[in-house]
Amino acid sequence: MTDLDVAELIDNPRIRIIICCGSGGVGKTTTSAALAVRAAESGRRVVVLTIDPARRLAQSIGVEQLDNTPRPVRGIDTAAGGSLDAMMLDMKRTFDEVVADHATPEKAEAIFANPFYQALSTSFSGTQEYMAMEKLGQLSAQADADDRWDLIIVDTPPSRSALDFLDAPEHLASLLDGKFLRLLLNPSRGPFRLMGVGFSLVYSAMEKMLGAQVLTDVKTFAAAFETLFGGFRARAEQTLALLGSDRTTFLVVATPEPDALREASFFVDRLTESGLPLSGLVVNRTHGSQLEISAERALALAEDLEASSGRTDGGDHQAEIAALRRHADRMRMIEREHRLLARFSASRPDVAVRSVPDQSGDVTDLDALRLLGAALADEN
Amino acid sequence: MEMPRRPGWLTPPPADGPRHTLHIVTGKGGTGKTTIAASLACALATKGRRVLLCELEGREGVSQLFGAGPLRGAGERRLVMTPAGGQVYGLSMDPENALMEYLETYYHLGIAGRALDRFGVVDFATSIAPGLQDLLLIGKVYEVARRLIKRMPNSYDAVVLDAPPTGRIAGFLNVHEAVSDLAKVGPIRGQADAIGAVLRSEHTVVHLVTLLEDMPITETIEAVTDLAPTKIEIGTVIANMITPNTLGRDQLEMAVAGRLPLKIPGLSEVINKTLADEFATDAQRLLAELERRERLQELRLPILDVDLDPLGIDEAAILAIASSLRHQLADEVRA
Repeated sequence: MTDLDVAELIDNPRIRIIICCGSGGVGKTTTSAALAVRAAESGRRVVVLTIDPARRLAQSIGVEQLDNTPRPVRGIDTAAGGSLDAMMLDMKRTFDEVVADHATPEKAEAIFANPFYQALSTSFSGTQEYMAMEKLGQLSAQADADDRWDLIIVDTPPSRSALDFLDAPEHLASLLDGKFLRLLLNPSRGPFRLMGVGFSLVYSAMEKMLGAQVLTDVKTFAAAFETLFGGFRARAEQTLALLGSDRTTFLVVATPEPDALREASFFVDRLTESGLPLSGLVVNRTHGSQLEISAERALALAEDLEASSGRTDGGDHQAEIAALRRHADRMRMIEREHRLLARFSASRPDVAVRSVPDQSGDVTDLDALRLLGAALADEN
Repeated sequence: MEMPRRPGWLTPPPADGPRHTLHIVTGKGGTGKTTIAASLACALATKGRRVLLCELEGREGVSQLFGAGPLRGAGERRLVMTPAGGQVYGLSMDPENALMEYLETYYHLGIAGRALDRFGVVDFATSIAPGLQDLLLIGKVYEVARRLIKRMPNSYDAVVLDAPPTGRIAGFLNVHEAVSDLAKVGPIRGQADAIGAVLRSEHTVVHLVTLLEDMPITETIEAVTDLAPTKIEIGTVIANMITPNTLGRDQLEMAVAGRLPLKIPGLSEVINKTLADEFATDAQRLLAELERRERLQELRLPILDVDLDPLGIDEAAILAIASSLRHQLADEVRA
């Protein structure tokens, strides 16, 4: 198993964007924040884009307000010349800005008022992913323009699948640029003219199902969005180019669980397939022990103590029995984690891996983030 | 907002089956929601009963757990026969299939349905039509649950849904809200009303899966608040992967402080000391779990315990958790 050198990664001045991805609940947000704190305190000027941090973590890095603006994180040691700004993604506001950028004020107003736009900008399953990428593009452009940051760390949304966030921009662009919307706008023109019969069938089916009002809303939505179609596609392509450039790198985050590692494998394969730069895999919450006592021996010792005390609660040896049983569980967990990671590495031998020991408490303040950052960066 | 009246066809669940027909299992990502949904399905599948376990979004977590082939596109397929003699079936639901099925059932749209697909309407409708994707999925759940209520063929004694995570659950279940802006009248509205009626009735219950950790508990508490306006019953909070504990708080505190020396005969002093140090970190976790349990208790909902399985989750582990859940949920299972 190749070791992933996280310290080298965050010190490398050529790396300007780090994207943390992985399935839900593996500690992506915490990992992004810990990397950001460590990079800032080792001299980099960092901005971290978080998607949906837990409240206490959000408080500790000062992004309680969902205002879409990077703000300095207080309490960061800037002695090495670095800095840390943090922001939380406001998906709707980001989308509104994109629309406002590309449409005339009247068109923008019409779009904002349309129920389809409201749904699209708040609840479309790919919007959060898309807007995270949009925001990344904006931050990157700003960093190039005013040199305020030299490292952008991005936490990706808890997608229903790991691939969503790569596919979302393209999906949304093709959706808005799709046959159906163009047809609704111009049913009697262009290459679709010959499909008129099929279309009227479709149209009446839609009308039956949704009602005439809904279709009218769709039409006004399509009409208002028409001018933006080209813009969406172009932006999606720009974002993909940025993701594929040598200034960007991806970190896949997982836990030593079959589901999380399976998602991690999907992600690794997808990144490789798309030619996107992958640094490696961070495995959070792994276990270790200083004691060379096997699970079986620990359980046997615990049973002996129970038997010798003659009581089911272990009598005077309650604490010993509890400690031995916890140790047995720990050894079993370690063995299982090793097996799972070995399987991952056997199937994807080129992927560098860094195991991060389970943190004993919740990571909710700067000190805990520093400890996690040290665990991420150090050899174990 | 005014809720529509309860429809006449909505009869209560049969007395000789589980207390609820539809069990909706949610939880933060990483809490083991799928494991618990699968275990609950097995717990409800007592002798002679048929239970359907529904999975969303083609994650295939369910088929992996049971070591079965992919469920997507495979319809309702048997996953396991429980030791108690019941059967658990699996179904993977996705909005595209649900829409086509819906059009076929309610509008008899054969060719037109396929044409919709060709024109990208299915993609459009399931992607951005407000709430439609969720409505289609919950509509499919309603369709399978309704078979029992309406005494239709191929019915299940219970349906367990591995639902979206806590952050999205209230929006997912709030079908009434989802369509009210759009479809003021018409078939979709009628459909949504029927689904809402079943969700709010004594047929439906939500279970919240959590770990005894800060973030999952916070999300659980938020989900309870978010779900209140939906009027859907919340049954239990299931505390998953808890660390087994036999010691009292004071002993744990002593262990953390390094004042609980271990004396295991046959082990050297050094090893006893190393084990005590290791146990101090476990004791710290156990104390934290005790404190967090108190936060959960403020919800005043029954809390079920599921121990951490250090060997990981496979079919045997699912059946073991099922047996523990069956004991803790005797009123619910009504075997």
